Amino acid sequence: MKKRFSSLLERINERFSSPIGRWVLIGIVVGLILILPMINFQQRAFWVRVIGYTGLYIILGLGLNVVVGLAGLLDLGYVAFYAIGAYAYALLASGHFDIHISFWLVLPFAALLAGFAGILLGIPVLRMRGDYLAIVTLGFGEIIRMLVTNLTDLTNGSQGLIGIDSPYLFGLELKTSTHFYYMIFIFVIIAIFVTQRLDRSRVGRSWIAMREDEDAAQMVGVNTTRYKLLSFAVGAFIGGLGGAIFAAWQGSIFPDNFNLMVSVNVLCLIIIGGMGSIPGVVIGSFALITLPDILRQFADYRLLLFGFLLVVMMIARPEGFIPSRRRQLELHAEELAHAGPAEITTEGGA
Amino acid sequence: MTILASNNVTKRFGGLVAVDQFDLDLQELSIHSIIGPNGAGKTTFFNCVTGFYPPEEGEIHFNGTSLKGMSPDRIAHLGIARTYQNIRLFSNMTAIENILVGQHPKLKASLIDAILHTPHYQKEEKEAHEEANRLVRFVGLVGLGDHLARNLPYGAQRRLEIARALASKPKLMLLDEPTAGMNPQESAEMMRFIRNLRDELEITILLIEHDMRVVMGISEIITVLDYGVKIAEGPPEEIQRNPRVIEAYLGRGAASGLGQNSI
Repeated sequence: MKKRFSSLLERINERFSSPIGRWVLIGIVVGLILILPMINFQQRAFWVRVIGYTGLYIILGLGLNVVVGLAGLLDLGYVAFYAIGAYAYALLASGHFDIHISFWLVLPFAALLAGFAGILLGIPVLRMRGDYLAIVTLGFGEIIRMLVTNLTDLTNGSQGLIGIDSPYLFGLELKTSTHFYYMIFIFVIIAIFVTQRLDRSRVGRSWIAMREDEDAAQMVGVNTTRYKLLSFAVGAFIGGLGGAIFAAWQGSIFPDNFNLMVSVNVLCLIIIGGMGSIPGVVIGSFALITLPDILRQFADYRLLLFGFLLVVMMIARPEGFIPSRRRQLELHAEELAHAGPAEITTEGGA
Repeated sequence: MTILASNNVTKRFGGLVAVDQFDLDLQELSIHSIIGPNGAGKTTFFNCVTGFYPPEEGEIHFNGTSLKGMSPDRIAHLGIARTYQNIRLFSNMTAIENILVGQHPKLKASLIDAILHTPHYQKEEKEAHEEANRLVRFVGLVGLGDHLARNLPYGAQRRLEIARALASKPKLMLLDEPTAGMNPQESAEMMRFIRNLRDELEITILLIEHDMRVVMGISEIITVLDYGVKIAEGPPEEIQRNPRVIEAYLGRGAASGLGQNSI
């Protein structure tokens, strides 16, 4: 069964790995997502919420993927940045302090604040690798959650913050799930665009090199301190962005929204999708966030079934649904404008 | 002209003195070998030069600049590149990507450039890709550029590591046992290749090597280390006859017994 499941995925992968196949698939998925809220069916509101929520996790997944998937830094406290973004917006746009700043102004601020927190977390853990890093970041996530629970004067503690302002776009108040559904969709596209460009750039290459061999990366000139902090900052920035959107959508936030399970879920969806793979994050989010809701009809057996699927998945395909694939970059002789002194070779080796 | 000068460099690991008051004067555009029995401190010295292990005492100057307190990435920016005894490639990146990472010190693109794809960034990337492809050709890896480094055959991995080091256009290259695990024919080709690096690309070569055929065939100067101490230095013919060197390799008594046949 393991073999058959794996080869089925392989075939699907092959089919959609040709450029045309891939664009057709992307077109179908995007089209379906775009028209979903317009179709009139009984459970529409439910589905809009679930897919919107999945989109939010895609954003978080793309952010954490920069840290874990590309730079190879195991961060178990990612929820902290999500919380910082959410609280930044909630405090600056609600009746709590009676401050009402526009969503579009707070959004970049919340993301920058989270990014800054990312750097602050990064500095003390620069020298840590692997398990040690995971433990410290895990603690960081908990510290932030404890802070928002206990700093009652600032955050209203476990009572949470309610009555958070809705964003306005050209005079239109964004308050329904459908509004946020489309807004999240746009941010998912932006996040995919940005992280993909980073992945393929000098910055992304340096991150991946660091993940593969930190010492060797430093030896070829990568300033590992700077690039580690940069990856924490970028990941946290995206997490903060997601947090602010979440706060605006929900209209109220509580410390409980930011528990360890969020970090674990985001990390799991990256692993299941395929470490470092952007399409993997998308598929992983649907598998981990949408699927449990579909399984709701099995009521009490839901989590059992879900857990079983995860175990089967990890046995059958430990590298994830869509393992990260590197780009083909070798040019053919005629494409190479002025080939250098290619004659000097050590041919015959290998 | 001296390109790399090591004065009195000492590196200790706990009570063990791995490199002991080591002086080295490396002439520009020379091919200079460091030899010595296992554990003599050769690789440790490489690690001192590249900033991986800061030496406890002494100082290393590169082109007149002191390397004291510099991190490996800054030293790489100055124009020193190295390869490793046990190949250390970025295994899950393609050959071309490995070379692109090697070009890091020569590129300038920032996070913002990468996101916005500024004209400057696009030009730089295009040139970097072409350069990487040229290097693939240069080291004879045509057709293997898009393979993951870990899937390449051993010899190709060795050559890729050199290509990655070349990508930063270094002035000095430290090669740590470049012919390890190669048959005589492959070693001979590697020797020719190394000589070409110096002759064509004008890169100074500092070499650690165990294969005496390679060492004697290629080196202009040889420095012999034993227990971290320099015991001899000179041209190959002289080193071959030096009784202290023979003793270090074969033990006391062997020096008188074997005379000058071989090391």
